[in-house]
Amino acid sequence: MPELKPIVDLDATDRRLMVATQAGLPLVSRPYDALAEQLGIAAGDVLRRLQRMQDCGVIRRIGAVPNHYAIGYTANGMSVWDVDDARIDELGLQVGQLEFVTHCYRRPRRLPDWPYNLFAMVHSQDRAQVAARVAQIAALLGAACRSHDILYSSAILKKTGLRIAG
Amino acid sequence: MPRAALRSAAAAEALDQTDRRLINALQGDFPLVPEPYRQVAEGLGLSEAELLQRLDALLARRVLTRFGPMFQIERAGGAFVLAAMRVPEAEFERVAAQVNGFPEVAHNYRREHALNMWFVLATATPDGIAETIAAIEASTSLPVLAFPKEREYFVEMKLHA
Repeated sequence: MPELKPIVDLDATDRRLMVATQAGLPLVSRPYDALAEQLGIAAGDVLRRLQRMQDCGVIRRIGAVPNHYAIGYTANGMSVWDVDDARIDELGLQVGQLEFVTHCYRRPRRLPDWPYNLFAMVHSQDRAQVAARVAQIAALLGAACRSHDILYSSAILKKTGLRIAG
Repeated sequence: MPRAALRSAAAAEALDQTDRRLINALQGDFPLVPEPYRQVAEGLGLSEAELLQRLDALLARRVLTRFGPMFQIERAGGAFVLAAMRVPEAEFERVAAQVNGFPEVAHNYRREHALNMWFVLATATPDGIAETIAAIEASTSLPVLAFPKEREYFVEMKLHA
């Protein structure tokens, strides 16, 4: 589990590199050179530091973050499940393995209003497809699941990604 | 919000096959080499200039919300937490503006449920989460429910365009 790995120490230059790139990489032919110039360090140092952060999981990956709606995923359902505590880890891993689930977590219940402890995101072209996929999750969970719901998103209010203070 | 959905549907129609190939390719691992755009462009049969121009346009049109490193701040001692609020309809816009004004709010979605606002907080230290939640509650005068992750079973933030 990623949570159990030791925390990675970042030095002040790593943190400056994080602050300099969290909004995006420069759109120029040599983006790492541009960052090096901005931070006053060598280009090779930028590459080594980014590579290290990627190798140890501080950077999940470098790439594009699409707006789900804009690329055709207009039905975005957060499916939530009340799963037997004794079986949730075994079943949560199986739900996470379904090819259409993009995120899957165990989270605390907030009783009495919120009985759900398993969260699985399902992105599809329409709600009928989300419902069909949620039915597949329900079948997998079987009697270990007492109830579930789907919370569809109706608007992206903000999507900047993290912004650590510099 | 219907207006946002309509705008996005129009954007989806306006994506050509090259844009889609580019979006799919750029969700993979971007190379850590001196001229990374050139390398990706060659793989797609494009010139570096065309790739950069299309990437710039996709970001400007908000088809892509960002292009760069995705930080897992927990690995460096920080924290992410999912949180939700029950916002009265009449106050939704005011509260959305207040919540979005916090730099610690990385993303925020309106959802169809009594808990109708769901956002993710990202802070450089674990203590930052409780402080930010307290500040959001003080600013909005509404309670915030936190749903910290207890276990991560799977995360793969790639969507085929």
